[in-house]
Amino acid sequence: MADRTAKIVIIGGGPAGLSAASSAVKEGVDPSDVLILERDHVLGGILNQCIHNGFGLHTFHEELTGPEYAERFEKIVKEERIPCLLDTIVVNIEIEKGAEAAASPDGTGIDACKAGSGNDGAALSAACGRKLVSAMNKTDGYFTIEAETVILAMGCRERPRGALNIPGYRPAGIYTAGTAQRFVNIEGRMPGHRVVILGSGDIGLIMARRMTLEGAKVEVVAELMPYSGGLKRNIVQCLDDFGIPLKLSHTVVDIRGKERVEAVTIAQVGPDRKPVPGTEETYECDTLLLSCGLIPENELSGQLGVKLSGVTSGPVVNESLETSVPGVFACGNVLHVHDLVDYVSEEAAQAGKCAAKLVLGKCPAPDAPERVIPVLAKDGVRYTVPAEIRLNHMDELQTIRFRVGGVYKGASVVIDFDDQIFRSQKKKILAPGEMEQVILKKSDLEHAADLKAVTIRVAQAE
Amino acid sequence: MSKVTELTCIRCPIGCAITVTQDDEGKVTEIVGNSCQNGYLYAENEVTNPTRIVTSTVRVDGGVLPVVSVKTNGDIPKARMFDCMKEINRVHVRAPVSIGDVVLKDVLGLGVDIVATKNVGVMKDGRVYSRTGSGDDQLPRDSV
Repeated sequence: MADRTAKIVIIGGGPAGLSAASSAVKEGVDPSDVLILERDHVLGGILNQCIHNGFGLHTFHEELTGPEYAERFEKIVKEERIPCLLDTIVVNIEIEKGAEAAASPDGTGIDACKAGSGNDGAALSAACGRKLVSAMNKTDGYFTIEAETVILAMGCRERPRGALNIPGYRPAGIYTAGTAQRFVNIEGRMPGHRVVILGSGDIGLIMARRMTLEGAKVEVVAELMPYSGGLKRNIVQCLDDFGIPLKLSHTVVDIRGKERVEAVTIAQVGPDRKPVPGTEETYECDTLLLSCGLIPENELSGQLGVKLSGVTSGPVVNESLETSVPGVFACGNVLHVHDLVDYVSEEAAQAGKCAAKLVLGKCPAPDAPERVIPVLAKDGVRYTVPAEIRLNHMDELQTIRFRVGGVYKGASVVIDFDDQIFRSQKKKILAPGEMEQVILKKSDLEHAADLKAVTIRVAQAE
Repeated sequence: MSKVTELTCIRCPIGCAITVTQDDEGKVTEIVGNSCQNGYLYAENEVTNPTRIVTSTVRVDGGVLPVVSVKTNGDIPKARMFDCMKEINRVHVRAPVSIGDVVLKDVLGLGVDIVATKNVGVMKDGRVYSRTGSGDDQLPRDSV
């Protein structure tokens, strides 16, 4: 027997979790039936340390800092009195024993959900299998929560040095950019005074400016790829403004210093991404920041048996952002890494709404004929979220988000219905650092009666 | 002597490389490389009157956090960013601090205030939560 129950348990109280919670309540779920579990001492997640501005242009039509953006959503959660457990870590999620037969977490589970349930929320979620969430904190110890649905909103982690194969010593002074950001913006401490940054991810760029403003000298930003992984405006306002050089196709080949970083050597890399001998440059410094990519944090999802994408490292989801385990949804950076928090909020609101529909019994009758249309990624498009659309669950408009694998100028984003071009949209530029989206209309899919698959691809300029 | 400035436009993700030429008096004489009117205006503004929002932190005394995040509540000239940082780094505030609180009025006489962008509560148990926290402002604690 679980220690408490909830209809919707949300794991993570960052921007995704907060937006999912407020959206579920807006859809009609009683706030007391929702529960947010947050590992940190406060809500807001990573936004608490993102003190720079530029958040909320899409959502609030004004430029906010990270903490201000988080506060807007926290306020809704507080006003609605949605229960939150802070300082609480989730250690496991599993399908409750006895319900396993109804739910097969093997990718066909989405369909299993509709087996034998009427238009009744309780029956529907029972058919999905109740989830048992195990968590712990200092005051309550170890406890369990029985949930009808779970929304995964755990965010992502930075790729650490151990995953980067950088040669050289292992002295103090090597941090991921996000760790340095936490030191400076929350702890009020500078991790160093002469800095080299590897990787041109947005957090690295933001920290180049932040540490420069606080009096540090940022020597160089080295990026392995021939293009930056960060947003253009960050390159201009964080590097160009301060004359910090960005060296594309460069990587760190040596770190010197036994106790503390003393110098970092970078070298140019060839098309094979291997260092070119003779191009080494050594920078004296006391700090190396790493901004080399973010990885969705899916340890819990994996334990639960959620099917993960090899491309995004996030769950494979349908149009409702429901994973391969029925009744388990995913949104935000745990699903795929975003550039803009506004899109995280939008996506999470969709997950919250769909979880709400499921527990309120507003999902389509399960005996209705169902068409499932896969959404495929091809020719330069690396993945799509969602990966399939169940036509009778689809809203009037469905946003498909994706990233491309290279820089394309003057190319088109093409939507194919089977072998036919359905729509083609010319793009001045497509780059891996900027998430793209297309919107599909339900009526268009309905009209294509024999449609087997929708494909999103890049068609290069002639 | 004319002055030539190379810029990357940030009005959209394309990032046009724009070249701006100015005469001796600083008047813009030529802008090339932009592909739209927004880019033209961006380039013109960047060479004649570039401005930025500055975000940073100031020390908090008696708070659950050692620092609170702040911003200029309007644009300041780009060239004054470091002067502005000097002023910001002199400020100490006493907890509690709320979003929007003015921590420094009319910084450098620029007509712009430095305002808090985070709530920081009063430290109660003699401990600073170096791991984030905003004591007073916390959600009602929910128990199992």
